[in-house]
Amino acid sequence: MNSEANAVPQSLGQGARVEARTIPWMESFYWCVRRELWEHRAVYIGPLAAAGVFLFGFLVSLLHLPHQMREAIADPSKMKHLGQSYEFAAGAIMIVAMFVQIFYCVDAMQGERKDRSILFWKSLPVSDATTVLSKASIPLVILPLLAYGAVIVTGFVMLVLSSVVLTLSGLSPAPLWTQLSLLQGALLLLYHMVTVHILWYAPIICWLLLISAWARRAALLWAVLPPFCVGMLEKLVFNTTHFAMWIQYRFNGGMEAETAPGTMPMNPMTHLTPGHFLLTPGLWLGWIVAAIFLYAAIRIRRNREPN
Amino acid sequence: MACIEARGVRKAYGATMALDGLDLQIEEGRILGLIGPNGAGKTTALNAILGLTPYQGELRVLGRNPWDERELLMRDVSFIADVAVLPRWIRVSELLEYLAGIHPRFDRMKTEGFLAKTSIKLDSRVKTLSKGMVAQLHLALAMAIDARLLVLDEPTLGLDILFRKQFYDSLLNDYFDRSRTIVVTTHQVEEIQDVLTDLMFIDRGRIVLSCTMEELERRYAEVMVRAERLAEARALKPIHERQMFGQSILLFDGTPREELAALGEVRRPSVADLFVAVMGKQNGAGGAR
Repeated sequence: MNSEANAVPQSLGQGARVEARTIPWMESFYWCVRRELWEHRAVYIGPLAAAGVFLFGFLVSLLHLPHQMREAIADPSKMKHLGQSYEFAAGAIMIVAMFVQIFYCVDAMQGERKDRSILFWKSLPVSDATTVLSKASIPLVILPLLAYGAVIVTGFVMLVLSSVVLTLSGLSPAPLWTQLSLLQGALLLLYHMVTVHILWYAPIICWLLLISAWARRAALLWAVLPPFCVGMLEKLVFNTTHFAMWIQYRFNGGMEAETAPGTMPMNPMTHLTPGHFLLTPGLWLGWIVAAIFLYAAIRIRRNREPN
Repeated sequence: MACIEARGVRKAYGATMALDGLDLQIEEGRILGLIGPNGAGKTTALNAILGLTPYQGELRVLGRNPWDERELLMRDVSFIADVAVLPRWIRVSELLEYLAGIHPRFDRMKTEGFLAKTSIKLDSRVKTLSKGMVAQLHLALAMAIDARLLVLDEPTLGLDILFRKQFYDSLLNDYFDRSRTIVVTTHQVEEIQDVLTDLMFIDRGRIVLSCTMEELERRYAEVMVRAERLAEARALKPIHERQMFGQSILLFDGTPREELAALGEVRRPSVADLFVAVMGKQNGAGGAR
């Protein structure tokens, strides 16, 4: 990609010009990702703030912990209640991350046109493809990983705080570490995030980015209303719901990663079906569609008049 | 090798031709002023040169096709659009870090050196800087890029006269070294006419005048004609005539100096007066079409 970098014929009087170093693609990409994180601080502040708020609430709830623990010791079936706050923590952080994700996608390509800074970015030797891919990497990779990291750290802090409180109350914290299967929960969450939030939702994320690249304003409305209207029209004109069903499938079809169709998840760990998930045609079709959306976003950024 | 070479470059927005067969050749080491009325196609021409807009026709910049090779071209080109295009949310230090990361010809120390002479702090965000400081910052970034072509599109728009003067002074003293090429568009023609080596007038997407400043001096002359010799002077077919303090000032194109000297005081026309004369003629001709 960079082989031509220094191939420009040096003209007369250019002898003193220093040969420029070649910048590898990954290095450009890395700086573009850094740039996105400088601009969109919500990407890391969001999950961290959610974790912070949750931890504060949890700190207050620790007052009841010794009591709950005594109940659980008396009646082991109540032990799983103690694990619920860990699930809540994960849920709260993931929901905040999803909101951040949506708002990031909607602004990512539109913001630079709104403040005209695109004229500056385009005056630099960075291709439209590198820029768009770096923007796509935030909701597809960086944000899920950050959110996951926040969940794990929050869970660990909760566990340590609980252990301290229990020890101070003269109870053993050991059941927390051995009976709540938190490690299994953490692995399950990782699996859920990679399969559902990254692999399955990729086309939705790329759709939002495409609309952000295309729409002059109100990108979120443009992203949501046309599909909604198509569904409505189909229902009114043909009295069918194929389009709506298809959209719905794009949202919850990812569950195929976790249970075989038609079964209920009892112990989720035994019902993970990665093979079945990876063989789902909808997954592969979704990736093709996602790639098309990204390619279109790159083309739009390249072709759109800068002013 | 010519720095910029355009042949028959066209660009239409609907029915409007923004560029209507643009032909131009700019050699390396020149400082070209591209002057034209609003909507003449200046910015479209610059956008085409920078690979920001597709066009028809042939265009080579530093030997490259700008539309197909923008990313490669931009290693050797700096561009300053009007002052407001630096992202407002970014910190000065982040800008420097980013440029150092992605630009093979950016010299971070150089920018820091320029900035040290201003009141711009590295940890400031762009949105906290005044308009003049943003322009200074953008210039400091552009000058730290070892580019072969610098394109300035109304770089001093909205700045006060002190900043404007400073801007062009640092450009000439700290940047221009005869191996670089600078293309600048501005409405403040008088301020840059002594800086330029070449001049082009653009109107309705075409170049209507293209000459070096020496040619301009040789070719055009302005004469303050005394009233009694006015008829005689008009017979020499001036391209423009205006009144100032009750005297007639006639502008001639290519008329020998000796003939003019007899009519009154001969002097070099300002670029602004020449612009008015040439554009006036253009518009007259346009009306007759």
